[in-house]
Amino acid sequence: MKVQINPERCQGHGRCYDLAPSLFGDDEEGYGQVLGDGTVSPDQEREARLAVVNCPEHAIEVT
Amino acid sequence: MSVDDRFTQDLPESEEEPEGVLSEIITGPVADWATDFSHLEPEWSADPYPIQDDLRQRCPIAHTDRFGGGWLPTRYEDVAAIAYDTERFSSRSIIMGNFRPPRDIAPVGGSPPISSDPPFHQHARKLLLPAFTKTAVSRQEPATRALCHELIDAFEGQDVVDAARDYAQHIPVRVIAAMLGFPPEDGLQFREFVEDLLEGINLPPDERIERVGRLFEYLLAQVHDHLERPREDLTSYLIDAELFGHKLQADHVVGTMALLLIAGIDTTWSAIGSSLWHLAKNPADRRRLAAEPGLLPVAMEEFLRAYAPVTMARLVKEDMHWHGVDMKADDWILLSFPAANRDPAQFDRAGEVVIDRQANRHAAFGLGIHRCLGSHLARMELRVALETWLSRIGEFTLDDPAAVTWSAGQIRGPRTLPLRLR
Repeated sequence: MKVQINPERCQGHGRCYDLAPSLFGDDEEGYGQVLGDGTVSPDQEREARLAVVNCPEHAIEVT
Repeated sequence: MSVDDRFTQDLPESEEEPEGVLSEIITGPVADWATDFSHLEPEWSADPYPIQDDLRQRCPIAHTDRFGGGWLPTRYEDVAAIAYDTERFSSRSIIMGNFRPPRDIAPVGGSPPISSDPPFHQHARKLLLPAFTKTAVSRQEPATRALCHELIDAFEGQDVVDAARDYAQHIPVRVIAAMLGFPPEDGLQFREFVEDLLEGINLPPDERIERVGRLFEYLLAQVHDHLERPREDLTSYLIDAELFGHKLQADHVVGTMALLLIAGIDTTWSAIGSSLWHLAKNPADRRRLAAEPGLLPVAMEEFLRAYAPVTMARLVKEDMHWHGVDMKADDWILLSFPAANRDPAQFDRAGEVVIDRQANRHAAFGLGIHRCLGSHLARMELRVALETWLSRIGEFTLDDPAAVTWSAGQIRGPRTLPLRLR
C-alpha cells in the first residue's frame, strides 16, 4: 500500500499530517507532503485510511 | 530610510463614497424561506438548521429578492461546486448585504486574498501562507494556554459565568492582536469592528460607511506606528512585503490587515462558544471527553462540522442556468458551509453530533482555493480553549437556555452563554 497527495487538489487543510503524522508532513506553506516514498507499513494502514477519509479535498490517493 | 508615502494619503475606503451598487434594505419576518430567505432575521440566528434541512429536501437552492437578489444552495454537492468554480462565481464581495462593490474591483477585491479571484488570488495568498502554517501558529500556543488559564482563574467565586463574553471572546482577540502587533488592550474595540462589519449589514449606507471608516482609521494608525517602529509581526511584514517586484499598495496592506483582524475573531470565538454550548447541554459527551481527553481532536472536528461558524458569499459573474435555477449576473450566493456539513447525502447521521466520528470530510474551513488561511490557528485556539476548560471545569450546564443569544449574519456562534459551574 502506498499513499500519494494530488497537489492539484491539496489546499493545505492539514488533516493528513494531523491524523497520520508518520506518513505526511507539511511544506513551508502548509501544503501536505508525503514523507519518504509513501510506502505504508501494515501498522500505518489505519492512519493512512483516516487521512484519506478526512481530507476535505479528496486529495489523498491510496494505491 | 525614506518616508513611505504609500500611507500618507487618505485611503479611498475611509473617505470617499464607494462606487458600486446599493440595493433596497428589506427586513422583517420571512414569508417563505424558499423564496424570501434572509440570514439576518432572528429565526435564522436562533436555529438555522431546521430551515436548511427543510430547504435541502424541497428546494434545494432557495432564492431571495432581499439584498438585491440571491441564492442559497443547501446541498453539499452544490456548495462544493460553487466553492470550486471561481470562473463563474466571484469573491469580489464575500459579505452578502445591500452593497455590491464595482466589478472592476476584481480580481483584487477590498481585502485580499479572501476577496480576490484568480489569477491575483494565489499571489496574495502565498504572501500569507508561511505565517499561518501549523508550525508557525504553534508559537502562539503557550501564550494562548496561559490566557485560557488566566480567564478561568478570574471565574473564582462565581457560580455562573458567561462563557461567550468572559472566555471564548478573549482568546482569538488576544492571539490575533499579538500576531498583528496591535496593543492587547485594544481588544474590546476589535469586537466593535467585527460587529460593525459582519452584523451591521442592514444599517443605512451612511452609517455603515462611517463604521467601516473607523476600522480603516484604526488600521492606518497601526501602520504609521509600525512605520516608525518596525517589529517582527504581521503588520511590519505586510508593509515590507512585495508582489511582482513592488511593495504592496496601501489599500492591499490595510485591506489584508482588516481581513486578518476581522476573520480571526468572531469565527473562532463562535467555534469555542458553540462547542461549550453543546457540552453544557450534553452531559454524556462532556463526561466522555473529560474521561478521554485523547478524543478531543476528533470531537472538535465534529463540533466544527455540526456548528460550522462560517458562511461565505459569492457573486454570480454572468447570467446562467445553473443546477436548475436561472441565476443573474451579480446575484449573491450565500455559500453555507454549515448547510453543506449537515447534508445527509454526504454524512451519516448528519443531524446528530457524534463526537467520535472517524470519517469527517466537513467543509467548515471552506473548500478549494479559498480554504480558510487561519484554519491551523483556529484549530490550535479551539483545542487549547477546550482542553483548558475541560481540565479545569469538570461539570457545567446551561444556567438558563433562554438567555443564550446568537450572533446575526454569516458568522454564527453564541454571544451570551451563561454557564453554571459546579
